[in-house]
Amino acid sequence: MTTLPDAHGRFGRFGGRFVPETLMAPLHELERAYRAARRDPTWERRLAGLLADYAGRPTPLYFARRLTEHCGGARIYLKREDLCHTGAHKINNVLGQALLASRMKKRRVIAETGAGQHGVATATAAALLGLECEVYMGAEDVERQALNVFRMRLLGARVIPVETGSRTLKDAINEALRDWVTNVRTTHYLLGSALGPHPYPVMVRDFHAVIGRETWRQAQRTLGRLPDVLVACVGGGSNAIGLFHAFIRDRRVRLIGVEPGGEGIATGRHGASMTAGRIGVLHGCMSYLLQNDDGQITAAHSISAGLDYPGVGPEHAYYRDAGRFEFVSITDEEALEGFQALTRVEGIMPALESAHAVAHAMRLAKTLPRSKAIVVGLSGRGDKDVYVVAKALGQEVR
Amino acid sequence: MTAPVTKSRLAATFAELRARGERALVAYLTAGDPSLAATQRLVLEAVARGADVIELGVPFSDPIADGPVIQRAAMRALERGTSVARVLETVATLRAETAVPLVLFTYYNPVLAFGLKAFARTAADAGVDGVIVVDLPPEEAGPFAAEAEAAGLDLVHLVAPTSTPPRVRVIAHRSRGFVYVVSRTGITGERWELPPDLEAQIRALRRVTTKPVCVGFGIGHPDQVAAVGRLADGVIVGSAIVRLIEERAGSPSLVKDVGEFIAALKAPLRVRV
Repeated sequence: MTTLPDAHGRFGRFGGRFVPETLMAPLHELERAYRAARRDPTWERRLAGLLADYAGRPTPLYFARRLTEHCGGARIYLKREDLCHTGAHKINNVLGQALLASRMKKRRVIAETGAGQHGVATATAAALLGLECEVYMGAEDVERQALNVFRMRLLGARVIPVETGSRTLKDAINEALRDWVTNVRTTHYLLGSALGPHPYPVMVRDFHAVIGRETWRQAQRTLGRLPDVLVACVGGGSNAIGLFHAFIRDRRVRLIGVEPGGEGIATGRHGASMTAGRIGVLHGCMSYLLQNDDGQITAAHSISAGLDYPGVGPEHAYYRDAGRFEFVSITDEEALEGFQALTRVEGIMPALESAHAVAHAMRLAKTLPRSKAIVVGLSGRGDKDVYVVAKALGQEVR
Repeated sequence: MTAPVTKSRLAATFAELRARGERALVAYLTAGDPSLAATQRLVLEAVARGADVIELGVPFSDPIADGPVIQRAAMRALERGTSVARVLETVATLRAETAVPLVLFTYYNPVLAFGLKAFARTAADAGVDGVIVVDLPPEEAGPFAAEAEAAGLDLVHLVAPTSTPPRVRVIAHRSRGFVYVVSRTGITGERWELPPDLEAQIRALRRVTTKPVCVGFGIGHPDQVAAVGRLADGVIVGSAIVRLIEERAGSPSLVKDVGEFIAALKAPLRVRV
């Protein structure tokens, strides 16, 4: 909460700054610039203005009546981040960091992207603020998210396919870090998840915390009280920490993160670092990671490119060990069922990432009475995923 | 814990070289590329041809500080089944044949997974002299530094062109064995030019420490080695050697070719400067 992380960016034993020395002074500079920006009312007004008029905030808290009836249990509400400009929550953090980059006089931004949502959001903000933009994307993700690749190019960004390692999000972050360590004097690394070296986990959380603050107010208005359960998908964990953060002190509210179960935990082909990972250091922070006994990072697997990451943000790791956050996993197949159910009964096509949260909420709702209220973080819309879904369902499009 | 009374192999090596007016060639090889057996032969040849310190890269799956050449070497080594334990066994075998200072270059996660105490003790017992953990800045190094010191291992810290004066002081103070100067912002790999501010960077470091100073990142040609040798106590060459190994792997002349390259790199460091 307000006391976390400590001065070194640690959430208990998690977090920190495990980076090459070249990045240490720039990270301190970034932290100072971030603190200064947040104390500057002009800067805050500008961000608030963009979130309202450009990103489209506040997003609705929508009662999914038909989905609730379909499940026959607790009421399911959707926090509609899919309605944000660019189609996902990612824009909240991107606008904040892009404004910060401008304030720091960095004219070039780089980003990593998995599903392409963070890349599209970054390319969008770069277009808006006149920044040069390059996006690193695993070559496998370039293939499965071709639509987003083209969107980024239309927005004026350069997309750089990353051929190393597992050719997914993890490797895109490696390559972005290598670029940043080389061009750190002119470039801001616009990291898109609530991980990385301090101050990134804090910054990304703070920029997304608006999701939870709105949900808190909206729930008071529509329910007259707080919801009983919040459910959000967790890859790195940015939308989940954004939704959960305002509720951490309200201990009656269950906070559940949904990890990608891939083909099933037992198969080893999944991205469930909380369920099956061990503590380690990757991409600048200490957290739970998928790794072998020799400390080599193992490849994650998920049908959703945005969750295909072998680690998780340090604040999630802290609150899991503290018993405040719960973590469950949903397989590719279950996520597809969630995707189809929400699409068919509500006319809302969720991103495959968000479909993991939908699937778990549906499962949970069936076990709870109608007096209970579940809020699902609907982090993004599913247009980008139609080809992947078609392929998974064995259907031909085009 | 009592500090080791005898002078470390690294300190002794740099003292001897200084006395002779010579500079150290620090040769980097990725352990296990093309195989651990080949690494042993390459190390011995490098020493025979003039390498004063050997830096052995312990491969990691996500080497964010390394350029493409060393990334590929790490991937080859991992595919060959190279593990921390097997690298340490290789060092123990080598130690029976050479007294050259051996420094491991790695990332924090493999060390953490091995266990900080176990890693420090096993490495020291195997005959490792120093460890460089490239993603472990002083702020995060406390727990491992304590284990390394207890085991008598030198934990080498790095200074970068972006390090502020207060950071340079802390790093110089905490670094053991030598201070590793990262010559430029960026990742490992050969470049054509030496950075213009390198001299000023080294001068600033000399003002706060008398420890040996070695420069690495981007140095791969004998001319560059000569130029850096005029400023530093040691010159670290990595990617250029690893690239040669990549090119000649499988060739019967691999060991000889690498040896000749080492000799060419060492030559400008032998003359009094």
